[in-house]
Amino acid sequence: MINRNLEESIFKILMKGASILIVGSLFLIVITILVKGLSAFNLDMLTKIPNGGFYIGKEGGVLNAIVGSLLIAGGASVIALIVSIPIVLFINLYINNKSALGNTIRLGYDILFGIPSIIYGAFGFTIMVYFGLKTSLLGGIITVALLVIPIMVCTMDEIIKTVPGELHEAAFSLGTTRLETSRLVLRQIYPGLITAVLLSFARGIGDAASVLFTAGYSDNIPFALDQPAATLPLAIFFQLGSPVQEVQDRAYAAALILTIVVLLISIIARISSKIFSKNIV
Amino acid sequence: MKSETIVNKKIAEEKKTITDANHNGNGTPKTEDGSAALVHENKDNQELIHSHITVKNLNVFFGNNHVLKDINISIPDKKITAIIGPSGCGKTTLLKSFNRLLDSTNGTKVTGQVLVDNEDVYDPKTEITHIRKKMGFLSQRPFPLPMSIYDNVAYGPKIHGLRKRKKLDEIVEHYLKSACLWDEVKDRLHTPATRLSIGQQQRLCLARGLAVEPLIILGDEPTSALDPVSSQRIEELFNSLKDSYTIAIVTHILRQAKRIADYVVFVYMGEIIEHGPAKQVFESPKEKLTEEYISGIIS
Ligand SMILES: Nc1ncnc2c1ncn2[C@@H]1O[C@H](COP(=O)(O)OP(=O)(O)OP(=O)(O)O)[C@@H](O)[C@H]1O
Ligand SMILES: [Mg+2]
Repeated sequence: MINRNLEESIFKILMKGASILIVGSLFLIVITILVKGLSAFNLDMLTKIPNGGFYIGKEGGVLNAIVGSLLIAGGASVIALIVSIPIVLFINLYINNKSALGNTIRLGYDILFGIPSIIYGAFGFTIMVYFGLKTSLLGGIITVALLVIPIMVCTMDEIIKTVPGELHEAAFSLGTTRLETSRLVLRQIYPGLITAVLLSFARGIGDAASVLFTAGYSDNIPFALDQPAATLPLAIFFQLGSPVQEVQDRAYAAALILTIVVLLISIIARISSKIFSKNIV
Repeated sequence: MKSETIVNKKIAEEKKTITDANHNGNGTPKTEDGSAALVHENKDNQELIHSHITVKNLNVFFGNNHVLKDINISIPDKKITAIIGPSGCGKTTLLKSFNRLLDSTNGTKVTGQVLVDNEDVYDPKTEITHIRKKMGFLSQRPFPLPMSIYDNVAYGPKIHGLRKRKKLDEIVEHYLKSACLWDEVKDRLHTPATRLSIGQQQRLCLARGLAVEPLIILGDEPTSALDPVSSQRIEELFNSLKDSYTIAIVTHILRQAKRIADYVVFVYMGEIIEHGPAKQVFESPKEKLTEEYISGIIS
């Protein structure tokens, strides 16, 4: 009896410790960014492009990086969505779920999921060199899309598995085709789809390594797909590397902006999945 | 007994065939396949022709698991057929084999034939959507589509090409009334169907199924998720629907089968042990197994 009670209390301590660790580190990160970033933060950071060079300049803001990041992450999410939905429907509704083909596709995205983003960056760079392209918004979008497709497919695949077989039976017995049934399945997992897209967006907007060689960096806002684009992670990276203290502080302000963007996305994801789940069993 | 007449008297049989063929004429486009099957049937087994659903030498395997063994049965028209048998004997599998719902399951192999109005459901050339449309299916757990009450009923007619709003309104009202749900939902047709109670959901699923104008209703323990009052309503509904539809339900409640069935099919370990008019099967079963099951010795 004593042993079992001891076991119980040790395990309780472990659980509590782990929970405190995770909440605590989130808290610490936010505090650090707030303390360091707020001092350098001002409205100019949001509304102006850098003045006098981002590396040593202490003026202006990071609007170029905000716009670049939103464009790249948004574009990549859209492309990823267009690619992922057919893949997921194909392996779940059109072929035998446990067939060799299905397993191969799953193994494929599992491996892609594990590949570090710097490798996607290097791969994207190689392709761009091969085609003689310069670093650009388009290069960034495509590379980040490659990075987030496995994440999106994986999330959707998990979600689509939760759809009860009764939905397929109900639909098929009304005489639907597979495509019509697929549409119903998508309706059923709509909140999950939104979550998947926003997760991918958050992952895409925060990644530095994939855009390092592919999107490049520019002090100007990109107005065309072939122009280089700045991104928030790289703005943080470059500014932190500056020898000037004020510029380093501005890196934390940029980090603050990035964190807030990601936070907003999480909140939107939560709210929208609540709103859209009203029709769902 | 009517059903006995069907089994025994060949002359009555052939008359029925003719009426049935006429009936097919207005609903189903007669394909070359269909008529070929008809000829083939004639010399093969006359007894089978008159029914909407005829199963011939059906075998179903889930991987290596031989779940249905050499099933031969025809489901009588415009009657309630109850499929009874112990848990795991293959009742659900048999019911789903009727409209090929099994091929959405993995590793399933089906051999033999299921003829619906003389079209083989398992013939690769058969267009399955139009056969499935003839059969409404009620699952054990009601599953409303992820949309409003109205859209649930209108969905079927819509995918089959009906677009006129007014006509759809009429259909929705008509079938919700047929399913005895109209009065309860008429003021909230555009709210999510999932907010209905389970019993209401099952009636909604029935209305949804009826709205595509099937000839057959299949129910897999359609009352098992329902409370006694809702179950009774569904039973009454089936009773009122059997004049216009062929109904086959799976049930594990013997008393329910006794209450509503005209015809009974007893399945045991993947085989049909006995089938016949309800009265005969329940009162003087021919097989010892049936007797033991009905008296509760095996379950
Ligand atoms: N998708 C499947 N894959 C593998 N085996 C299955 C599958 N569905 C059913 N089976 C097996 O087939 C057999 C018959 O199942 P079925 O669901 O038809 O039984 P049932 O008579 O409806 O039982 P119950 O009364 O419990 O619903 C069982 O042994 C079951 O384990
Ligand atoms: Mg069953």
